[in-house]
Amino acid sequence: MNVIESHGLGKRYRRSWALRDCTVAVPGGQVVALVGPNGAGKTTLLSLAAGLAVPTAGQLAVLDGRPAGSPEALDRIAFVAQDAPLYKNLPARDMLRVARSLNRQWDQPRAEARLAELGIPLDRKVGRLSGGQQAQLALTIALARRPDLLVLDEPLAMLDPLARHEFMAAVMAAVAGDGISVVLSSHVLAELERVADYLIVLARGQVQVAGEVDALLAGHRLLTGPAAETTQIAERHPVVHCQPAGAQSHLLVRTGAPAAQAAQDWPGWQARPVGLEELVLAYLREPGAVTPPPLTLARAGADSKVRG
Amino acid sequence: MTTLTAVPPAAARRPVPWPRLAWVTWRQHRAALAAAAGLLAAVSLYLLIEGLLMRGTAASLGLGRCHLWAGSCAERAALFQDQYLGVAGLTTTLLQAMAGLIGVFLGAPLLGRELETGTFRFAWTQGCGRARWALAKMVPLAALVTGAGLAFSLLLSWYYQPFLAQRVTSPLDPQLFDLTGADFAAWTLTAFALGVFAGTLLRRVVPAMAASLAVWSGLALATVLYLRKHYLAPLVGHTLALPRHGALPWTLHRWWVGPDGRPMSASEIFAVSGRMKNAVGPRGTDADAARWLARHHYASWVSYQPASRFWPFQLIEGGWLLALALLLGAATIWLIRRRAA
Repeated sequence: MNVIESHGLGKRYRRSWALRDCTVAVPGGQVVALVGPNGAGKTTLLSLAAGLAVPTAGQLAVLDGRPAGSPEALDRIAFVAQDAPLYKNLPARDMLRVARSLNRQWDQPRAEARLAELGIPLDRKVGRLSGGQQAQLALTIALARRPDLLVLDEPLAMLDPLARHEFMAAVMAAVAGDGISVVLSSHVLAELERVADYLIVLARGQVQVAGEVDALLAGHRLLTGPAAETTQIAERHPVVHCQPAGAQSHLLVRTGAPAAQAAQDWPGWQARPVGLEELVLAYLREPGAVTPPPLTLARAGADSKVRG
Repeated sequence: MTTLTAVPPAAARRPVPWPRLAWVTWRQHRAALAAAAGLLAAVSLYLLIEGLLMRGTAASLGLGRCHLWAGSCAERAALFQDQYLGVAGLTTTLLQAMAGLIGVFLGAPLLGRELETGTFRFAWTQGCGRARWALAKMVPLAALVTGAGLAFSLLLSWYYQPFLAQRVTSPLDPQLFDLTGADFAAWTLTAFALGVFAGTLLRRVVPAMAASLAVWSGLALATVLYLRKHYLAPLVGHTLALPRHGALPWTLHRWWVGPDGRPMSASEIFAVSGRMKNAVGPRGTDADAARWLARHHYASWVSYQPASRFWPFQLIEGGWLLALALLLGAATIWLIRRRAA
């Protein structure tokens, strides 16, 4: 079951393409993190999925084949846009009623309970709430719609570290409680590391990396060793990123399967596991490096095992 | 995933009901509506008080029994007009802009503010869908604006009625025509539709207000100066042959014709007028002058729209304004549907 699936998806604003030839399958039932540099097309992809924008080229389906933006898709996707746009001049209570009036499904007791739990006063105007409270209110409204898919575009951008933590805790509670799927874009890699099950890196409107976070982390190693021997390593494993440091080099290599990762495979090199943040940064620094799709990732692992 | 395969109950698959959507419109725009209603109420109160004062004066002067405005009736009507006509003229002049101001003030922010502040990203991703949402915003406000416009023009017609009865102004007079009948409502609705469309197109409230007010004023001016007089072919006749009672016709053009049957130039009129004054002498009356002119075959002609064409003209103007407003509404929905975030 894919919550977002696109083939050759493209979106052009006036003269420039924000997203081009994007083929992606976002699996459901988990927390999917969408990362990439500014202008990579994250917001465009999420806007298209939420039905805000219409594709210029290609196909896009959400929630198992429903056309994005169709009534049944709108009904089941809750989208929180960047900066959580809400009606700032309305009290929180009326903001809830506005959302209830614009939707077929609405869980008022749940919304009120959540706001009470967060200590957000119902009679305070949205514009007078703190940034963290506004984000929480937007999330409350999104969850009260009882969606199947929650799409969050840069939900953490305006929040301080504590508010970020609380926001993501609320998202994770909803995932655990309702089993909803979540797709979120963010620059806050440290926060994603704790929550994301699946990672998609977009670069220049194309999918650069896509895969389960655990598999991706297991399939990459950070190697430190003599710079002169870099080419020998590169012959055996794809090098995602190479950072020279004097006589030494720091390499991020894609090893494929955990079986190929015994320390003796790289004599003279020091190997250590990679974190999500380092992994993403390495790929962002090398927009040309691309992981094979998950299926071929497994096969590449088998190949290297044979060779090893 | 059970939540994905579960079929929502039948009630949940019906579209979001209109009254609930209309409540959102009311909640978001009630302050602007109150401001517009306050302005209308203040002007209405003024018209009501002035109208009652005028009627008191007219009754004390006994103007109700006058039909032909000659002799003593003309003198008493002149007293009445000295007291009230100046203010009434000023009032109707000032009110010319009101339809445009109210329409644009309510229309431009309706969708323009959502696009300017980014809240459309919230509204367009809710379950009701953006076209339904936009309709639920436009239609109730358009109906309110039209209804208020109709009520207001009824009051204004009542206020101005004494001057029509005294044949001071024609009901088709440009300063009065678009404040009375259905025309005021039609112009307000058009200004509203222009404001909504400009707000959607420009995505900014203040530029949209300025642009739609400019377009509306240009349209109103062009209508008064060039368009309205041609709705139906004007009638042409002798000035003296026009009816002496009933509502005054709308005079478009006046000219003199000499004995040779051709329209006279300004210099010819000046020369003839000099000869006439010499012939009649300083003690001559208007009637003497008219007799002298008729004897020498000078005649005054007029092209005009008779007052009986008031409602046909109202229908024609209201009709094309309504069509324009509907067209703008359809264009707005089209823009909303294809507008990408």
